[in-house]
Amino acid sequence: MLRYTLRRLLAIIPVLLIVSIIVFMIVHLTPGNPAYLILGEDSSPEAIEQLEQQLGLDKPKVAQYFDWLGSIFTGDLGQSIYSEEPVTQIISERIGPTFSLMVISMLLTLLVAIPTAIFIVWKRNTMLDPLFLSGSLLGTSIPEFWLALLLVLVFGVTIPIFPVAGYISISESLMDWLHHLILPGIVLAAVEIGLIARMLRDSMLESVNQDYTKTARGKGVKESTVLMKHVFSNALIPTTTVIGVTIAGLLGGTVIIETIFTIPGVGQLLIDSIHRRDYPVIQGVVLVIAFVYVLINLIVDLLYAFLDPRIRYD
Amino acid sequence: MLEVKNLKAHIDTTDGVVRAVDGVSFTIKPGETVGIVGESGSGKSVLAHSIMQLNPKPPTFYPQGEIIFEGKDLLQLQDKELRKIRGKEIAMIFQDPMSSLNPVFKIGDQLMEAILTHHHLPKSKAKQRAIELLTDVGIPDPEKRMNAYPHQFSGGMRQRVLIAIALACNPKILIADEPTTALDVTIQAQILELMKNIQEKYGTAIIIISHDLGVIAQMAEKVLVMYSGRIVEKGDVEDIFYRTSMPYTWSLLRSLPRIDSESRNRLLNIEGHPPNLIHPPSGCNFHPRCPFASEQCKMVDPELTKRSPEHYVACILSEMEFKEAKKRMENVEREGDLNHV
Repeated sequence: MLRYTLRRLLAIIPVLLIVSIIVFMIVHLTPGNPAYLILGEDSSPEAIEQLEQQLGLDKPKVAQYFDWLGSIFTGDLGQSIYSEEPVTQIISERIGPTFSLMVISMLLTLLVAIPTAIFIVWKRNTMLDPLFLSGSLLGTSIPEFWLALLLVLVFGVTIPIFPVAGYISISESLMDWLHHLILPGIVLAAVEIGLIARMLRDSMLESVNQDYTKTARGKGVKESTVLMKHVFSNALIPTTTVIGVTIAGLLGGTVIIETIFTIPGVGQLLIDSIHRRDYPVIQGVVLVIAFVYVLINLIVDLLYAFLDPRIRYD
Repeated sequence: MLEVKNLKAHIDTTDGVVRAVDGVSFTIKPGETVGIVGESGSGKSVLAHSIMQLNPKPPTFYPQGEIIFEGKDLLQLQDKELRKIRGKEIAMIFQDPMSSLNPVFKIGDQLMEAILTHHHLPKSKAKQRAIELLTDVGIPDPEKRMNAYPHQFSGGMRQRVLIAIALACNPKILIADEPTTALDVTIQAQILELMKNIQEKYGTAIIIISHDLGVIAQMAEKVLVMYSGRIVEKGDVEDIFYRTSMPYTWSLLRSLPRIDSESRNRLLNIEGHPPNLIHPPSGCNFHPRCPFASEQCKMVDPELTKRSPEHYVACILSEMEFKEAKKRMENVEREGDLNHV
């Protein structure tokens, strides 16, 4: 198990290398010049050239890439062109709000999706099931930005019980932190609830008439125990993959939500940096997101061994 | 002890109602072994699951009949009362040991669940009992094996574990639904031997279901032959094997390979397929495949009638008529074989 974990951790390196090349190419091939943006429209060509030289943008692209790559290995993601702060520092300041948002929306998702799926499987022969299917389809089809704006309108403006923007750190006030994250958390969760509840329902229905449930019922075990213990524990295995992918996907989802709710997270940082052509920050953020993505996938794979004794990584 | 009276178990499908069990009656006394034999799709498994009320409801429903166990009709019981009987009074083992244990829980936990569902015991006591049970069913090194998962066991060992689970609360009746079908022959013999030993030790009544006449002959004292959801012949094991009186049973027996047969007889199969249970044939259900069928068989649906105190047959042919018909057919076959040579 330990060897497997180490091997998987080492496998992250080539993935990140490939990601770094792609990110670098996309960023540098996008039209727009940071020097021009910093100095403004009326700047002279000489001044722009001088700034480009200062920022190292006049070197060949390949040289620029290797400069960047070299510094990554020393743990240095470079300096922001815009604010001149180290990129690692900027990201670490912004990762807190994004992480909080992910945790809140994931908790909401699991708290709603798991009981819903179990309840629907419990009532599988009633009209609730088709109702649930349409509901989950609706949930996954709603565009996030639309739901966000709707919730802001209803719970921020018409009935102002939630703040519509901003972020309070958890270290300042737990209640305020939660209060600010509820609405964006709901928006992010709405899409995922439909997906995960549906996935869990499907895998539970698949195992609800498996032979081992007959054995359990034959023992005289209650139907609710059969569902929650025997069926659920087996259905959780395929669902874990979806949950993992969902958590990783939340990182991308936060970009829109952070912008709408003006949460100073990584997503908003990314958008701002793109507008400013702040190459080092863009590259740094995307690399960190890719790293988290790969890490979550690794955690899911390790969880598998925990949930399913038939899987042993040796 | 258990009396099944005119039981009907039907299954609702999109194509119509499948009459999987269509009016079956039998009784079982303490310590007795009843064998139920028939082809695939004859309704034996649905019948067995009906006794435990383990058929998924819906689509299964019970339009008629009673299953009387110790004075109570199991079909009328509330779920809560039924659960007190399941596993405690009547237990069941299933056809496929490979899939009948939950893959994500330890053997010990699954065994202890069977004990703790019906007895309020401290965990240590339940564990002790579980180890006893594993020893009883012949699992070597039971203390260590308690912590193993099902995939670490072979098929035969898993069936032993399932038997241990079924025996956890000393049930009065053990229903074994094709307990050896998924196992290879040597393991089959061991499992049957184990079941016999358990019966001797605890006096458990056994209902054994099989399509394998060999298994039935070895285990059962009374035999029910099922065809298309009905019992077509029932009697003592000698009645069924030596005084066969129903063409279907006779055909089943003829389809067995015999080690003592004097000639190089070909194996004889039963022509055709089991009937469609949504639209069963008119008259006797077996008549489309019966070598002795007459015009009358298409019209008359024979009732199960008494031939001797324990022997019941559902066929319009009397014992004499059947004997003669058999003789005629065997003569014809012999001539055919000779011509063939």
